[in-house]
Amino acid sequence: MDSVLYQAFIYLTAAVVAVPLASRLGFGSVLGYLVAGLIIGPVIGLVGSETTELQHFAEFGVVMMLFVIGLELEPRALWAMRHQLVGLGGAQIVLTTLAIAAIAVWQNIPLTVSIAIGITLALSSTAIVMQTLSEKNLARSDGGRSAFFVLLMQDIAVIPVLALLPLLAIPGLATLAAITGGVEAAHPTETQAWIASQSPLVASAIVLGAVGLVGVVGVFLVGPLFRYIAHSKMREIFIATALLLVIAIALLMSAVGLSPALGTFMAGVLLANSAYRHELEADIEPFKGLLLGLFFITVGAGINVALLWQSIWVILLMTLTLMLLKFAILFAVGWGFGLRGRTQWLFALSLAQAGEFGFVLLGFATQAHVMPKSMADLLGLVVALSMFLTPLLFLLFDRLGGRLESEIVPGEDPTPIDPGGKVIIAGLGRFGQVVNRMMLMNGHPTTVIDGNAETVHRMRQLGIKAFLGDVTRPELMIAAGIAEASAVVIAIDDADKAVKIVENIKKTFPHVKLIVRAQSRHDVYRLYAAGAQDIVRETFDSSVRAGKYTMRALGVHPYDAERAADEFVIADRKMLQEMASDWDPRLEVHENPALLARIRAQNLQIEKVLRGEADKPPTGSG
Amino acid sequence: MADSVNPILVVVAHPRPRESAVVMHMAKLAAKIEGVTVHDIYAEYPDFQIDIEAEQDLLRQHEVIIFCHPFNWYSAPALLREWQDVVLSYGYAYGRHGQELRDKVFFNAVSAGRSVAEYSGELENHFTLRALAAPFEQMCQLCGMVYLPPFALTSSRTAADEGRAEPHFALWTRLLDALYHGKIDLEMARKLPYLDEKVFAVEGEDG
Repeated sequence: MDSVLYQAFIYLTAAVVAVPLASRLGFGSVLGYLVAGLIIGPVIGLVGSETTELQHFAEFGVVMMLFVIGLELEPRALWAMRHQLVGLGGAQIVLTTLAIAAIAVWQNIPLTVSIAIGITLALSSTAIVMQTLSEKNLARSDGGRSAFFVLLMQDIAVIPVLALLPLLAIPGLATLAAITGGVEAAHPTETQAWIASQSPLVASAIVLGAVGLVGVVGVFLVGPLFRYIAHSKMREIFIATALLLVIAIALLMSAVGLSPALGTFMAGVLLANSAYRHELEADIEPFKGLLLGLFFITVGAGINVALLWQSIWVILLMTLTLMLLKFAILFAVGWGFGLRGRTQWLFALSLAQAGEFGFVLLGFATQAHVMPKSMADLLGLVVALSMFLTPLLFLLFDRLGGRLESEIVPGEDPTPIDPGGKVIIAGLGRFGQVVNRMMLMNGHPTTVIDGNAETVHRMRQLGIKAFLGDVTRPELMIAAGIAEASAVVIAIDDADKAVKIVENIKKTFPHVKLIVRAQSRHDVYRLYAAGAQDIVRETFDSSVRAGKYTMRALGVHPYDAERAADEFVIADRKMLQEMASDWDPRLEVHENPALLARIRAQNLQIEKVLRGEADKPPTGSG
Repeated sequence: MADSVNPILVVVAHPRPRESAVVMHMAKLAAKIEGVTVHDIYAEYPDFQIDIEAEQDLLRQHEVIIFCHPFNWYSAPALLREWQDVVLSYGYAYGRHGQELRDKVFFNAVSAGRSVAEYSGELENHFTLRALAAPFEQMCQLCGMVYLPPFALTSSRTAADEGRAEPHFALWTRLLDALYHGKIDLEMARKLPYLDEKVFAVEGEDG
């Protein structure tokens, strides 16, 4: 049964069964996918030859992942970390390549091939490492961030590697491939062949032109494009546009022979500061997740078990040696850059495998006649096996974790802690704008989101870094960084949406403090019932202030007016809280006797207090 | 000095908490001592709208009342002054039926910018720190409270660098603990110019 539906059924079942199991056992989703693939492929034999084609399709998940990573990167932050990036990452790549190449040479492999092997195995798995780190909430730790720098450097290093790899080609292999019609060498497309047939100068110009085009699209065309589609207000069009963007870039990049993943990464970086960043991220995320999962399944399914059993000891030895070697180099490089304790161990353990870019490079290397296919197949197994063993590395870290010293030494610190944390402001009307200004003037960073593309555009022109997004979507809040936010201000004027957002956030991120705008008392009751803490009636404080001015106009002493206003606010707030608890969402106000009685009683009380007839203790000293 | 315990209320008042190097840290340390309630009034009443009943209740529940504040202009920060005005009312703290604070122990735990020499009364400053705290002493007189001399960190701005801050904090926690367990000789303490290590010179037992 070869139908697409049947295959989809198999793959999805495998994922649904294996991944939760793996998560529960603490292995992380990646191992779950790999094992699922292994089982449905070589073991049970449910899937077969279509796996390689599927893998090319699923590799798109890696392309999307790099797009999202680019989006989340801030170019300025990147530039600030350039020393770490180039130093830490560069050192790891160079040292590992040389070490592996040295071993290969020692094994009598020609120098050019050794270097190719070295660089292929030096790269770690961005997919597994980033996925596992974020699953274990270690992505923001020092070790996690250092690992990310190395991965990023590796991703960047792929461009020159892809460009320079053909230089290592062995002429003989080309002829051999031509004679035997090697199936591994994917036939270059017409475009690629045409470009290759041009002079080097023209070819380079074309490639640079393509890169430049990505830049132009990212900086100048995305904005107007989103404003154009925003009028339709249909979510699926947003998603389609996001996908279109990623696919178009990937297509362009592969047409000129560059890594599509790097192309989308660059596009992501260019769009990191755009108003559409969170929207794009939220739209791409589900596809990325599924495709990545599929990719790992195909890796597992594509393991050539026959070859594996045949050379099991050799492969095992090579894999373990590789991982040990990488770990040692990472440990040393990390130490050299000041990482210690838990950070150092997390850094070295998480990256001690070969990665999916290894597959890409192996394929490319074979195609470019840099190494024989048989060697590439063997190395492919080493890469896959090392990826399989990676979750165990993380497990090792978990076990060691307790016994490792933490970076921070606990102790009493008499210096006061600066309050901080990120604020997300949803809604850019007058309300949201004022809150935003107040935060920024006090040095508190904000992320401002609005659902109207025109508003976002206008705000950006005024210099406010606003983002486009539908804040009722949990995916958007996640993309906006709610996991790290201390407070969310819901400044929209739609009460239904506000209640929905409060309910969403309370469910998934209960630690976040919510400050919610309300228009009427009714809104207040609903929001209170939904669990919001600080509810601000949008006209209340302004009205009280107007009342204060009115009293002063009547000749009341300013300080008396001030205190009268304060007392009014306290009394009114108390009254509102009492009414909120009497409120029943099923009854209209006039149908709710308890509520009515309370309203009447409290109105009387306010008047008494203001007339000075209520009991108040005398103040003053002796 | 009884062998029952004496719950302590530390009323903290610092108008610029982010810039505080001494007072807010003392508050943090005090919060960890058994029997101590730390009450930051600038945190509770940032709008100066003091809940008088709640404050009076709080005072009733404690035997030792400490004002912990910077010695701004030889006095207490504005909100603490407002607090005195509204909370220590006629009929509660003083006056014919105002007996609720009687026999409670009181002192100021202050950080002062001037040096101990300047507060010695011998330089042109004329007044000792204790003399400058006279309004608080008189407050205790009127309310029937037991007044103890100030527990002070002078030259507060350079205290950390000169290594005087840590000993002061250590003495603070030791003092709170001793007060809670009734191990301080109050009669002896009342006569000191400052509340300092001398208070431990004779660790009073029962009697």
